[in-house]
Amino acid sequence: MQPLALDVAHMLAGGLVLVSFMLLYQDRMFGLLNIFALHAVVLSLSIAWQAYVQNAPHLFIPGAIALILKGIIIPVALHRVVVKLGIHREIETVGGIGPTMLAGIGLVALSMVVMLRATAAADPLARQDLAFALSVILLGLLMMVTRRNAVSQVVGFLSIENGLILAATGAKGMPLVVEISVAFSVIVAFIVIGVFLFRIRERFDTVDLQALDEFRGERQ
Amino acid sequence: MSELLLSELAVQPVAALLLIPGVSAILLAVLPGYRLTARLNVLSTLLTFLASLSLLVARPEVGGYLFVDDLNVVFVVLGTFVGFTTSAFSASYIAHELEIGRLTTANLRFYHAMYQALMFAMNLALLANNIGLMWVAVELATLTTVLMVGIYRTHEALEAAWKYFILGSVGIALALFGTILVYMAARPVIGEGHDAMVWTELIDKARDFNPELLNVAFVFLMLGYGTKVGLAPLHAWLPDAHAEGPTPISAVLSGLLLNVALYAVLRFKMLLAANPDAISPGPLMVVLGLVSLIFAAFMLYRRRDIKRMFAYSSIEHMGLITFAFGMGGPLANFAGLLHMTMHSLTKSAIFFAVGHVAQVKGTQKLSEIRGLTESHPVLGWGLVTGVVAIAGLPPLGIFMSEFLIVSSTFAREPLLAVLLVFGLLVAFGALILRMSDIAFGKPTGSMAAVESSYVPLFAHLALVLAAGIYLPGPLVAWFQNVARLLG
Repeated sequence: MQPLALDVAHMLAGGLVLVSFMLLYQDRMFGLLNIFALHAVVLSLSIAWQAYVQNAPHLFIPGAIALILKGIIIPVALHRVVVKLGIHREIETVGGIGPTMLAGIGLVALSMVVMLRATAAADPLARQDLAFALSVILLGLLMMVTRRNAVSQVVGFLSIENGLILAATGAKGMPLVVEISVAFSVIVAFIVIGVFLFRIRERFDTVDLQALDEFRGERQ
Repeated sequence: MSELLLSELAVQPVAALLLIPGVSAILLAVLPGYRLTARLNVLSTLLTFLASLSLLVARPEVGGYLFVDDLNVVFVVLGTFVGFTTSAFSASYIAHELEIGRLTTANLRFYHAMYQALMFAMNLALLANNIGLMWVAVELATLTTVLMVGIYRTHEALEAAWKYFILGSVGIALALFGTILVYMAARPVIGEGHDAMVWTELIDKARDFNPELLNVAFVFLMLGYGTKVGLAPLHAWLPDAHAEGPTPISAVLSGLLLNVALYAVLRFKMLLAANPDAISPGPLMVVLGLVSLIFAAFMLYRRRDIKRMFAYSSIEHMGLITFAFGMGGPLANFAGLLHMTMHSLTKSAIFFAVGHVAQVKGTQKLSEIRGLTESHPVLGWGLVTGVVAIAGLPPLGIFMSEFLIVSSTFAREPLLAVLLVFGLLVAFGALILRMSDIAFGKPTGSMAAVESSYVPLFAHLALVLAAGIYLPGPLVAWFQNVARLLG
């Protein structure tokens, strides 16, 4: 493995972790969607680099899907949902930004410790990619936990999916069937979520999950 | 690649298990008339069940994508049987839902198509010889059930479906990461490409995999698929999804979908067991199972909704089954398999009964259902039998499997067995308490007769009773063989 190839892959995967942190401290809905688009663009660059380095042209397909679907179509669609529902004001978070960022740093450290130790025998490119991918996944989980609002939870979930694709493309020679399925599942997942959002809008005039809790079956 | 897939689909019974539900899903989505489609739904699940029975006599060759072995046959036969009886129950159930206007004919078309899609996804997950394909199928099964849970479009149904979707997706995401890690562990040994995800290849060569990578992978797989099994602390979706969806869906969730996720966990447990340096997967499963069991047992006391209560009972029993498989060894594995079979049959029977109760009384609240054995003797005593069975009283089948689990645990880990018995007794108390409330006393609510058929309910109960009294020799030999396979 040439050092340059490794460095660039390293930089792009690290960039994805950085953008995940940027997602964590967004307090405006439109800002969140813009940063998510950036997340998808960095991911597609990373996949493209992997495709080039591994000499695996089929990887350009998930790269293109990441760029077009997650970088453009989904942010635009969510943007319209946000406008339509009139929820573009501040995002309610559980706990402050500061503690959330600290927890995020802790999670990244954790994933480095776990993955670098477990993959000592694997090739360096895969090692770092896996460690970064786990960081992105954990940061996405953290975001889903700390946001009360349905749209930002969806963004958190999509960033987890981005982390998974980073891991799958970093695993050299992983069969195509999985990559396409991942990309496909993202589409399906989004359709389902979209349906839900519109239904929730239709019924509740809000997509705040806190409000949904009021209707729970057992609290009569 | 597609050619390979096609040549494999030519293998008859396996192809039938996938093609029948697959084609039916498309047909049922376009055909009008709910009476016709409900019957077609039953017919299609019956054919699927018959196809699964043929696997018992003729075993097709192992393929690159699909395969049949002793382990997955158990799950396929059980799953398709519950799928068949539930579709028969569903046919009479939905007719009533249509009458009272909770569902429209358009809803029903969608519902039947999703039911078949679920059967397809279940069979694909169970028969997959590729861990990536298995993951895709489990995800598909999740999506179809999410859509069915939300079908009433009430506040509660939407919240339940949303929660199920979010938690299920997070679980499935963790499972995919685990799957990728297994591939990473297999790649240096098997080589790049398709073979490193083929189950039969993996288990053959697991001995040489990097053990540390496998350990990390198993933690993710256990948490990911464990979410779908409904293990605490990741169980939060399960009670809501059971309570707010249509009752046939509660029956398939408990009777079949939880088992599919458990099957995935067992597969990876076998993989770890085949590697001498990897951690033993047992303790993790034992702890998660025991925590789920005891937690759910206490939660049973606070329920006010009848379907929610039996959903917590499912968490309890899935915990017990996970515990048994975590203990391992021929006896505990045998007991786990038997308990899984008995639980599927009993719990779906209970949900059939609960569906009838909820329809005739017009409520799911426990406090508003009283004196069932007086107002509806057949239904009331059917439900009592079901609850007695699920609480683990003799002579029904669950008593035997619970007894086997407890006694084998006492012989090996007395301390764990004490905790286990404690959890079982707590759950027993709650179930008997609630059952005596709803079954006896002065009847309340509507006294109208139940119009739907009791056949699926009593067919399941009869099987559970028969198994409790006498287990046929070939069945015992079959389960013992699978238990040995599980290690």
